[in-house]
Amino acid sequence: MTESSTSNESKARYSDDIYEEAANWHVNTGEEKIYPKKAAGKWRRLKWITHGIWLILFIGPYLRWNGQQAILFDIPNRQFHIFGLTILPQDVWMLALVLLFFAMLLAAVTTIAGRVYCGFFCFQTAWTDLFIWLEDKIEGPPAKRRKLDAAPWTAEKLRKKSLKLLVWFVISVLTGISFVAWFTDARQLWHDLLTFNASAIEYGVIALFIAGTMLLAGKLREQTCFWLCPYARIQGVMYDKETILPTYDFHRGEPRGRLKKGQLVEGNGDCIDCKQCIAVCPTGIDIRMGQQEGCITCSLCLDACDAVMEKIGRPTGLIRYASMDEMEGKTQLPLLKRPRVLIYLTILVLSIGGIIYGLTSLGHIEVKVLHGRTPLFVQRSDGTIQNKYDVKILNKTTDDISIKVTASGIEGMVLKGAEKPLLARKGNTGSYIMFINAPAENIKDERTPITFKIVNLDDPTQTSSYESMFFAPKP
Amino acid sequence: MSDNSNPHGQTTGHVWDETLAELTNPPPKWWMLGLHASWILVVLYTLYYPSWPLVSSHFKGLAGWTSIGEFKKDMKEVTDIRAKYEDKLPGMSAAAILADDELKNYVMRSSKVLFGDNCAACHGSGGAGNPGYPALVDDDWLFGGSIELIEQSIAAGRKGMMPKMGGAQLSDAEIDKLATAIHNGTITEEPLYAAKGCIGCHGPDGKGMAALGSANLVDKIWRFKAKDQLASIKATIAHGVNDPTDPNTRKAEMPAWKGRLTDTQIKKLAVYVHALGGGQ
Repeated sequence: MTESSTSNESKARYSDDIYEEAANWHVNTGEEKIYPKKAAGKWRRLKWITHGIWLILFIGPYLRWNGQQAILFDIPNRQFHIFGLTILPQDVWMLALVLLFFAMLLAAVTTIAGRVYCGFFCFQTAWTDLFIWLEDKIEGPPAKRRKLDAAPWTAEKLRKKSLKLLVWFVISVLTGISFVAWFTDARQLWHDLLTFNASAIEYGVIALFIAGTMLLAGKLREQTCFWLCPYARIQGVMYDKETILPTYDFHRGEPRGRLKKGQLVEGNGDCIDCKQCIAVCPTGIDIRMGQQEGCITCSLCLDACDAVMEKIGRPTGLIRYASMDEMEGKTQLPLLKRPRVLIYLTILVLSIGGIIYGLTSLGHIEVKVLHGRTPLFVQRSDGTIQNKYDVKILNKTTDDISIKVTASGIEGMVLKGAEKPLLARKGNTGSYIMFINAPAENIKDERTPITFKIVNLDDPTQTSSYESMFFAPKP
Repeated sequence: MSDNSNPHGQTTGHVWDETLAELTNPPPKWWMLGLHASWILVVLYTLYYPSWPLVSSHFKGLAGWTSIGEFKKDMKEVTDIRAKYEDKLPGMSAAAILADDELKNYVMRSSKVLFGDNCAACHGSGGAGNPGYPALVDDDWLFGGSIELIEQSIAAGRKGMMPKMGGAQLSDAEIDKLATAIHNGTITEEPLYAAKGCIGCHGPDGKGMAALGSANLVDKIWRFKAKDQLASIKATIAHGVNDPTDPNTRKAEMPAWKGRLTDTQIKKLAVYVHALGGGQ
């Protein structure tokens, strides 16, 4: 070594500082099992209600509409059925808007109130909460659960553990079947499953869901939010100083200290270091260390702390939704004066406008016309000019229908190939070759616009039109 | 050189940027599992698929997979889908196929490749024709535009003949007169038309005769289209078409396809050509 001893010393000190800081910051990488305490209070109640949104997953596939499954994502036939609407690959731009809408909604909500999605709506949180609730019912409160896990295997332990796994398994199976039911006829699926006639893909997907649900909600739990989920980190960078988050009010709480003889010690803050906020935390963090990656903003510590504050006769809200600005004593900008909120809102409104426009203008039938090339036009012996067209008719209705095609644009022109009504099969694009003959003397230009119009003969209110071109030699 | 003063374990002794020391901890278990899973997968893969080169050949793989085998399987899938139509075609006449909307549509879509391989070189990919080669998309047919006659033209080929009229038969002035009349569409009013025997093949109405393959002289379509159409007409009259005695004669021959294509292929092409836009 050539460096001087002082430089070596200072190096060692720097690195020690860094290692020390890292060492004091404990992050649970799965070596420590979290036994969250059952929480009670208004946030817990709200959370059960918001988790209820996932009941749609279980109920949705069984809704019927006009004798068909109300919502069916029919991948093999490339059709989405949503309450009588049929969405075909041609309408997929609306899916892009739907995705944009939800991405922006996530951004907007996160910038206003943090990881609301994680804490209140995410399936990982919902299923984990349900699994832990069941665990609590079967194995008892955290202390008992700890003891049971540490205890040697007895008949009682085996009974409790297998009962828990069985209940979890049933939920996982239902989750898998419900998911698959969105993509195939739900009644038929149950019939096939019960008679062991379902396809290998269906069994495979259900098996994957069982494994995934058991592993993610039963075993990995908070570790999913720590290490697996990208949204956990993405949302973290959407916070700013105005974002309200579950925050420990250290001005009020510190210095913390236990009660002496049931009374707050003179000079201490309101935090009595009862650690109830840690006990109920599903990710096992200490909110009093400040906002951190492990916090999914589930708000259960708010309930726990408020209950304690009421007991010791102090005002609630020692842990509450507050922004960093508020903690620093600054005034909050109103929501609608924050540029980020306004930008997110604008995009939200635009995307939802697009979706509404798309849904209301979804036609039942659609025509597109490709003009035939090589040659662009044909000189016929009687002096007329002929153009060839490939008329593509899309039938989005649920029946085979007959279609009448007409065209207009040049005086005296004749459309050939559309003399008989055409049969358009349901959910299909049919392609029909047609010709237009136009008298040369009536053609004014090298290119003349031609409008094709189709009418559903079974329901004349359904029409669609398309503008194409008629090509001719230079007059 | 190992610096063991670090409380977190052995270091390699390397320090970067003053503070970063490298620990000699083993790689994480999941990472090692991934490594082993990877090489095991490679071994299994090379056992399953053809892989290792041997002295004169290569290891064929336990699954017996070959790329040509996969290609044939895919082709069979296509053939199976088409079979429901293809099986009907040999027993049907071209006219019957044309009358059946579904079969006609099938032939229109599936014969594009056949047309491209065999016909497009002369007649153009869309049937628009080329200099010297007639268009198939218009309604002017030298040998008739019915489905039967088109099928016959493809199967047996066509070679029309027009004797050269230049030199001994017609003077230059007479050729000028006739050509101008044809160009103006008034050939039937030209006395030379009957006097010089043109009428024998092209008919009193000037519309030609399908049985002979003689051209229609009064419509808007030119068999030998050129920028200077008048000069082209003169050249045709002077040197004839396929006249063996004149080296400058027009050459116009459609080869016979019977023997080169199957009867069903010819039938499909006849339907395809008929439906290009000018079939009668």
